[in-house]
This record gives sequence, C-alpha cells and structure tokens, in this order.
Amino acid sequence: MQKSWRRRFHLPAVIGTIPMILVAVGVFVIGIGFSVLWSFTSSKLFPTYDFVGLAQYRRLWADSRWLVSVNNIWFFGLMSITCNMVFGYLLAVFMDQRIRQEDLFRSIFLYPFAMSLIVTGLVWQWVLDPNLGLQAALRNLGWSSFSFAPLVDADTALYALVVAGIWQGSGVTMAILLAGLRGVDEEIWKAARVDGIPTWRTHMSIVAPMMKGAFATAFVLQCVGVVRVYDLVIAMTGGGPGISTSMPAVYVIQLITVRQNVGQGMAAATMMLLPVLVVLAFGGILLWRRNREASA
Amino acid sequence: MTAGQITAIQPVQEAQDQAGVGPIGPKPRRISAGRIGLYAFLVVAALFFLIPVYIMIVTSLKGMPEIRLGHLFNLPSEPTFQPWADAWLHACTGRDCNGLSPGFYNSVKITLPSVVISIICASINGYALTFWPYKGANLLFGLLVFGAFVPYQVVIYPLIIGLSSVGLFASLPGIIIVHTIFGMPILTLLFRNFYAAIPVELFKAARVDGAGFWRIFLHIMLPMSVPITVVAVILQVTGIWNDFLFGIVFAGRPNWPMTVQLNNIVNTTTGVREYNVNMAATILTAAVPLIIYFVSGRWFVRGIAAGAVKG
Repeated sequence: MQKSWRRRFHLPAVIGTIPMILVAVGVFVIGIGFSVLWSFTSSKLFPTYDFVGLAQYRRLWADSRWLVSVNNIWFFGLMSITCNMVFGYLLAVFMDQRIRQEDLFRSIFLYPFAMSLIVTGLVWQWVLDPNLGLQAALRNLGWSSFSFAPLVDADTALYALVVAGIWQGSGVTMAILLAGLRGVDEEIWKAARVDGIPTWRTHMSIVAPMMKGAFATAFVLQCVGVVRVYDLVIAMTGGGPGISTSMPAVYVIQLITVRQNVGQGMAAATMMLLPVLVVLAFGGILLWRRNREASA
Repeated sequence: MTAGQITAIQPVQEAQDQAGVGPIGPKPRRISAGRIGLYAFLVVAALFFLIPVYIMIVTSLKGMPEIRLGHLFNLPSEPTFQPWADAWLHACTGRDCNGLSPGFYNSVKITLPSVVISIICASINGYALTFWPYKGANLLFGLLVFGAFVPYQVVIYPLIIGLSSVGLFASLPGIIIVHTIFGMPILTLLFRNFYAAIPVELFKAARVDGAGFWRIFLHIMLPMSVPITVVAVILQVTGIWNDFLFGIVFAGRPNWPMTVQLNNIVNTTTGVREYNVNMAATILTAAVPLIIYFVSGRWFVRGIAAGAVKG
C-alpha cells in the first residue's frame, strides 16, 4: 500500500536528507576508504600517495607499544564486560525483589553513567592516589599493612581501569537487564514454583535465556564502549605507567598527533575496524537468515 | 531490542508496581535472613557507587594542609569554598590561569548548536526514511547504522583532512559539524523507530489532502515528536557535554570544551598539585549532565536504552 509512493522519487525527501547522504557516504564510506588507503602509504604528517604495500602493517605488528595495546584491549574488554554483565545482572535480580526505595537505588547505580569518562577517570585517580588516597586513609585508620595502589604498578594499573569501568557502566547493564526481567511473564515464575524448581535454577535455565534480547543489547553497548575507550585511559593513567595501559584507541591518536606517523596510525585504525566488521557481518548474516526463516 | 519495545515495557512495569504484584514469589515475610542479605548487598553496592563522589565532595571542601594528613574519609574540619572559586576562576593550564569558566562557556557554545542541528537533521532523516523512502534510502540508513559501531579512530583523520581543506578544522563550526556527524546514526535510528510506530493512515490522509513533504513534517509529524525529541535532547546534551576526544582534536585551543580543560588542569605535570581545586573542578564539570540526569529521571534511562538499539 505504501509501495506506490515508495517507487516514486521525491525531490524534497532527497533534499531533506542531504546531510544524511553526506554523512553516510562522505564520512562512513569515503572517509573510511581513505583511512584504509592511507594505511598502505608512507604518509607522515600529511597524507601522501606513495604506496608501500603492507610495510606499515609489518612495522605495526613489530611495535611493542601496539602489541601491548592489543593485549590490553583484550584483557580490559574481557574483564570489564564479564564483570559488568555479572554485576549488572546481580543488581537487576536484586532490584527485582520488590525492594523499598527502588528509585533511590536505581538513581545511585546509574548516576556515574551520566558523567564524562574524564570525570570518572579523575575521581578514581584521586581515590587510588598512593600517598593520599584510599591506601593512606586506611593505614591512618590503623590498618598499617594495607596496600592498594594499583595505578603506580604496571602490572595492576589495568585492573584499576576495569574497576573504574565497572563503576561507570554496570548501572546501565542493570537498567537494561531489569527492563528485560520485568518483561518476563509472571506465569513462568508461578509454573516454575509449582514444579518445585529452585529460584536460582529458574533464573539460570528459564529466565536468562528468555532475556536474550536484553543481554544482547547490554553486550553490544559494552563492546562499543570498550573499543572506543580513550577518555578513561587518558584521564586515569595517560597510558602509563610506561606503556602498560596503552590501548589501540590511544595508540592511533598518538600516532596521528604526537608521533606524526599517519600511515602506521591508519594501519592501526584499520586493524581496529577489522574485528568490528567481522562481528557486524556475522550479526548481519544471522539477522538475514532469521528474517528469511520468518518469511519462509 | 528496540526503543519501541523498551518503552512498551515501562507501562507494564508501572502497572505491576501499582498493583503491588512483583514478578517473583509470594509476598515475602517482613524480615527474613534472605531479605537482610538482599538489602545488605544493595547497600554495599550503593556504597561502592557513592563513596568516590563523597570523597570528591569532602576533598573539594578541605584546605591543602588538611588533605596532606591523608584522612581521605574525614569530613572537612574547616570547610572552605576557596577551592571552588579557584577552580572556576584561577586554576592553571600551562601558563593560562583563568580556571574552568572559559571551558564552561566553550562547552555551552559547542553543545547548544550541535544539539539543535543534529536533532533537526535526524528528525528529517527519520521522517524521510519512514514515509518517503526513495531508492537507495535504506542502503544509506544501513551505512549510517554501521557508522554507529565504527571506532572513531578510523574516521578522525579523514575528517581532519576534510575539515582543514575547507578551513573549518580547529574551529567552532568544525566541532559542531563533527558532533552532528557522530550524533546522526543513533538519533536517526531513534526518530525512524518513533515515526515507524505512527499509523501510516495519518500520513496518507495528509497526502490525499495535498500536503507535501515539508508541510506534513512541520504541521503533523513535528508536533507529535515531543517525547522522542526530549529523549534525543537528553542523549545529545549529556553526550556532547561529556565528549573529550572530539573536543581536543577538532575544537582548537581557544574553543576547548570543559572536559579538555579539566583534564589539562588536573593532569598538568608542573607545579604543586592542588587536589582540592582539582576535585572542585571535576564536580563542576560533572554538574551539568548530573543535573540533567536527576531532573529527567526515567527519560534518561529510556534514552540509554534507545541508544543501545541494534540494527
């Protein structure tokens, strides 16, 4: 029924969406295309078209700073997504027990998300300050052997970033999963109780699988956040101590601005894009197959 | 899960709250071991979320000598608002000692036009995609959604080159354009989902009456779009206010937003670190989004859920 209009070519509609056309094609196709193109050149401060094949990629994967960054993003991603999901789910389940002051708790769990990651990073930097922060405060209270200063140690600084990430992000996971929990039919709980299934089993085997959509939403949100983590690192550790908390996002910006090595920076950016493309293609195929099955 | 589904869940939940029918079990006894454990967990979790901010506030009200004693949790013995005044007016980044206030005004100058322009663009996009899909429009939309997942680092350098070739790099219009670009995928999705839920008969009736693209948009769709626009405004104001990466790359030094100036003030390596001033500055930077968060309440959650939609 809408088809007869759809087939026609409406000039005002095209004019109205010129910004969208510019952004979709100009930025997300041509822009990314140029990024990939420059990754095969020897561009320094400004882009050149002096092609050097895969040399930039070879240099990239020989750079210890990049290797550390890649390791870090995997570690940080797995840790923070797992912790966020588990903690967020627990919070959602506990919030779902008809508690008093639900709105108050919800506000408390969610407010860090309203703030900039810069703010989060700076707050935690101060809390974890080795000389005047948590460590000093608890020692002054009489716990003299207390030792907790993860930010000054290259081996533990990443954990501090994970903690800050959880502080910022688990409230959102909670909110999304709580909405999912509330969407589960009450009859299911009743049926499970009649059958004598313990509550935790009902959660694990019946309710959680029913909340696939909510979990997927929370998961996608987390993944996008992890790949883009830049502000938090800059504010909290600046990539240090040394290069111990460097991340691909930080690495690319450094190559473009400070180290003025655009070719290698674009190679790194392309490497960042690759897993996103793979996941999107995978998701796209799943979606397409589901749609086809639904229509068949 | 789409925005539509989330908003559809809300009333159900509210109805349940009102009827006093929660999803689980019989009415629990007033006090049981499980209940105590439940509240204990929630309170401990709440403390985890609250303590950093408590520390931030008390630190900002102390003098430096008191801070150096290392009693992080103590209330200030002689509360002073001097650090707040210093943070606003005198805190130094490098040689400039004008505090955060220029950053605040820069953030306002960046945020207001960016929010308005990006929402205008996105609402037209959503409207056109829903009711006037021309050939290839869905492909464009697919590209836009793809853009929502792309790491910023892949697009930043081409944008730098593109903007400097038209002389807008490191300028106020430049940063506004950048925010409009990166806000477009999510906002377009938001508006498209919203307009898709509007009965198509409404649109057809207007067409039969002879109204065109712009007339239907301005006189029928726009007045109906208030709720989604509120969500979009919340999403964009907090998002743009909290942005750091685009600000530092695209705004140029005279237009640096508050977050960039804050980071420069706190993470400056020269001189004595004034923790009280730093914390006051941090609170000041977080104030605007926090106010929006506490005023908007459930709308904010809806915005997040809408921002989390998948293709």
